[in-house]
Amino acid sequence: METLIDIVLLGFLVLTALAVAKMHDLFAVVMLSGIYSLLSASLFLDLDAVDVAFTEASVGAGISTLLMLASLKLVGRFEKRTRYRPMLALGVVLATGTLLIYGTLDMPHFGSAEAPVHQHVAPRYLNDSMEEVGVPNVVTSVLASYRGYDTLGETLVVFTAAIGVISLLRVSRRTKEEEKQKTPADMQQQIILRVVVKWLLPLILIFALYVQFHGDYGPGGGFQAGVIFAAGIILYTMLFGLNNASRVFQPEHLERIAALGVLLYAGVGIGCMVLGGNFLDYNGLSHDPVHGQHLGILLVELGVGLTVASVMITIFFKFTWRTVKHKYVKKR
Amino acid sequence: MNILGLYNYWIVVVLMMIGFYVVIAHENLIKKLVGLSIFQTSVFFFYISMGKISGATAPILDEQYQLYSNPLPHVLILTAIVVGIATTAMGLALVVRIQEAYGSIEEHEIQDQDTQDQMESRLEAYGFRKKHALSVRDLDE
Repeated sequence: METLIDIVLLGFLVLTALAVAKMHDLFAVVMLSGIYSLLSASLFLDLDAVDVAFTEASVGAGISTLLMLASLKLVGRFEKRTRYRPMLALGVVLATGTLLIYGTLDMPHFGSAEAPVHQHVAPRYLNDSMEEVGVPNVVTSVLASYRGYDTLGETLVVFTAAIGVISLLRVSRRTKEEEKQKTPADMQQQIILRVVVKWLLPLILIFALYVQFHGDYGPGGGFQAGVIFAAGIILYTMLFGLNNASRVFQPEHLERIAALGVLLYAGVGIGCMVLGGNFLDYNGLSHDPVHGQHLGILLVELGVGLTVASVMITIFFKFTWRTVKHKYVKKR
Repeated sequence: MNILGLYNYWIVVVLMMIGFYVVIAHENLIKKLVGLSIFQTSVFFFYISMGKISGATAPILDEQYQLYSNPLPHVLILTAIVVGIATTAMGLALVVRIQEAYGSIEEHEIQDQDTQDQMESRLEAYGFRKKHALSVRDLDE
């Protein structure tokens, strides 16, 4: 059954990707890429990667589609026909593809337990992590403890991307003032949506917190929780306007929170060193090594969640302010 | 089952090549970014497919189960997805700025404008006034 689902989903993915390559209406392309992400999330679930499926569903099908749509509003909806002949590109692609397929021929078959991938560190994680880290979700213990250094780097990359977007898409105070004087939000007339979102918003935020703090025991963790929290705020922003949302989440505060998350993560690492251990070795944080691990993972995941949530909200705000700016620049 | 033993990897290659094709053959920058994310996801499928063991379950330890899929690829890909969206956002921000500077996000139009600017500055260096400069677009039509 698993194999059947796998085959069907991969087939759908190829069809969606082909449609993306074929279409010239970028709106349709973005919508298709949302469907593509949803299919990927289902496939990840089928392949036992529950945490990955969770992340892909919230990131790919949610936030990335939204950001693409926001940029389409800024750059126009249709792709122009290319004037070059695509034969050369097709040749390159076919040649590369053939080589890659040839490369797969001596790979161990899909699903085999004897494959070299499963021989090195994975057994240690699966057999000893319960004693060493004491967290049932092995993905969390590898992410936050065994490979905590790696995850610190990833969090920094997310933070850096936010700095990039902030510096590329600045908004003048003048635009903000002009927008403030405009009282009704664009979606004022959407009563049903507004009522539904008012009911849904607290649930989404509570769910995000659940995912954040339950990540040790089930699928979830800081990355997923941050994105879900941001998705809730973005939903609110779309219906109630930037003015209202920026009043609660002021850009300066968001930027500080993003930095705070990274600092909290790195601070835990330095704290471990001060207490006599290695960088990000949580054993020394408490008298009992397993308690130390729990505390360390909790703090580190909190740092990740803070950074990811505030970075996603910031990026969305920046893109939306840009559309507002374009509107006023046209009027001037 | 044996015939399909490498099916996942072949589909990964097909998806990767579709993404690759979109990146090199299309001129619209947004389309290129979508192609890039298809390419990226194909790598995700590759990792996750390698981590799968037939008959195993998700790597959340419980006494009921003995066989778990490999958690390491999951960790790598989970963070890669979030980093991917952050870098995509950065790319989109660049595209927006390119649109504002050039009025277009089609590669050849940007190239034409750059060539024209270059020609104009070279002609100016030879003492021509700017208004006499030839336009690449005039030549094209």
